[in-house]
Amino acid sequence: MIIDSSLLKEIVTTYGPSSREEKIRNLIANEIKEYVDEIKIDALGNLIAHKKGLGKKIMISSHMDQIGLMAIDIDEKGFIRFTNIGGIKPALLLGQRVRFENGTIGVVYSEKLEEDNKIKVDNLYIDIGTNGREETLNKVKIGDICIFQNEFLESDKVIISPYLDDRIGCYILIETIKNVMKNSNDLYFVFSVQEEVGMRGAKTAAFSIEPDIGLAVDVTSTFDTPKSEKLNVKLFNGAAIKAMDYSLIAHKDIKDALIELAEAKGIKYQIEVLEHGGTDAGAIHMSKSGVKTGAISIPCRYIHSQSEMVSKDDIIMCLELLKAYVE
Amino acid sequence: MLLEILTQANGVSGNEKEVRDIIYREVEKYADEIKIDKIGNLIVHKKGTKKSNKKVLFAAHMDEVGLIVTDIDEQGFIKFTTVGGIDKRILVSKTVNIGNKRVPGVIGAKPIHLQKNDERDNTIPLSDLYIDIGVDNRNEAEQLIEIGDYIAFNTKYEEFGDGYIKAKALDDRVGCSILIDLIKDDHIEYDFYAAFTVMEEVGLVGAGPAAYSVKPDISVILEGTVCYEMPELDSHLIPTQLGQGPAISLIDRHSLYDYELREKAIATAKRYNIPYQYRKTSSGGNDAGEIQVSRSGSKTLALSLATRYIHSTASMINKDDYYNTILLIKHLMPILCEGEENDNRF
Repeated sequence: MIIDSSLLKEIVTTYGPSSREEKIRNLIANEIKEYVDEIKIDALGNLIAHKKGLGKKIMISSHMDQIGLMAIDIDEKGFIRFTNIGGIKPALLLGQRVRFENGTIGVVYSEKLEEDNKIKVDNLYIDIGTNGREETLNKVKIGDICIFQNEFLESDKVIISPYLDDRIGCYILIETIKNVMKNSNDLYFVFSVQEEVGMRGAKTAAFSIEPDIGLAVDVTSTFDTPKSEKLNVKLFNGAAIKAMDYSLIAHKDIKDALIELAEAKGIKYQIEVLEHGGTDAGAIHMSKSGVKTGAISIPCRYIHSQSEMVSKDDIIMCLELLKAYVE
Repeated sequence: MLLEILTQANGVSGNEKEVRDIIYREVEKYADEIKIDKIGNLIVHKKGTKKSNKKVLFAAHMDEVGLIVTDIDEQGFIKFTTVGGIDKRILVSKTVNIGNKRVPGVIGAKPIHLQKNDERDNTIPLSDLYIDIGVDNRNEAEQLIEIGDYIAFNTKYEEFGDGYIKAKALDDRVGCSILIDLIKDDHIEYDFYAAFTVMEEVGLVGAGPAAYSVKPDISVILEGTVCYEMPELDSHLIPTQLGQGPAISLIDRHSLYDYELREKAIATAKRYNIPYQYRKTSSGGNDAGEIQVSRSGSKTLALSLATRYIHSTASMINKDDYYNTILLIKHLMPILCEGEENDNRF
């Protein structure tokens, strides 16, 4: 199995911050429409793709939304003030290049501050290189959202790019949709919206699907960098099978089934225990009268920065594990 | 104004009956269906003469922030805790009404003369505050008050200055009042639903069940929202301003408001020359948070009145904002109810 870098790059670099997922939704829908039986888009914008089968009803969810910055005010000189969409460390924003939906580019910088380590979002602004409020308003409206504009880079071993969270999950779902053979199970692939602001899309998608089993495919933090906390997941150690995070304790049946499969098929895996953070699985498992839910996670360094890093081998392990599980 | 009656009524979260009864009486003869659900939401269906393509729900919460009795001490002083988000610094020396019998009291604390330096500099903790109801001992207090009684601020509704209103509980009786006006308005031809919700201030509790039973396609949340406009602030730090028209929400702790609905609201305001503003802060939240994720999800729009000194004993709104919000909704109604199928479905 090899990674289709050009498809992955397209998925990772397509615009789609929380609540504005239209462009990425269209891209994914076009990519998968020949391989599924039905595609639905619900009120919040979730893309729900159904691949019919006779077995259990399984919902597999990866979120297509991205973190970003929303314009809330434009001053007389044309500088844009913003608020964050999703969890962003203000200090990471200094000097960051951004891109709005219409292609307008800009850079984030800070007011002159006494101490650099006290940067708050309120002190930052976006400069799109205009001269005055009117010029800015021709390109950006209040409420418009921009995303990080960083290059997609790859070496023989890793991929470095913003928004591997969770476009790498979307990629894994797309490849699974394309390659899954005889699906004995009834599969619902969900490309969910608004995960970064509180798993809102997965909640409504799970309500309409009513799955027997839920599975989230999302990135997870690694603990293998200088002075990191002492937790288990490391880059290059294979697919992470979730035991728990802040939003979910994985159902024993799902976790055990994933472990057994990985053992049987020689898929490299590790067990994930995370103290913070959550995924769509958190919303799915409490839907209606409850859903047995687990998650496959892709180890990822520097999550929510402009340079997230994943291992190509880990991606392949996740792909193989997901494919084996849904088959 | 009806707003006077609504704000003089007490309805701290979980105890909305008095407010609900007033609203019920006001809307009864205009509603086609009216029900109170098990958690206490009042849900009204007005059929109108034109059928709507989209099921549209308007929501405003009936409850207000306040206090609740937790203990009565030997001297008959009342201990209490807060219900909903209240800045504890505003409590000292305010007058309150306790329970359904409205027993008057004053929130007491150690006088400034007796406070040590560090006490003067710091907020008095809730544990050092008490309500004095003018009795001599616990026994006398227990004749008037029970543990668990709700406590509401005692503030007189007043209109003053150039079109301003001061009252308690403007968040969200102002939304309730607007919604009542809409139900009573016979010029509105479209079919719509109205939910007067409970317990918004303690975590959007009522809105979820209300949306679950109404099953809306589109919801419009009517709110009183945070306003702070001191002259030294940079414009991006001013969440809303009085007199600048209805505030259209972008984002808050619970919701990212639907882009197309927001654009429709703005286009309508521009077309009819109605002033509007954006709600610029991302803090706070409202019933949209629960309504949007009810069942398989729905789209939400929030229109709020800028409300100074919100969540305190005396909040303040502007009358023009009130009328402009109603005007915007009336013009928006056909656009929301008729709907447009341009959702890019596959």
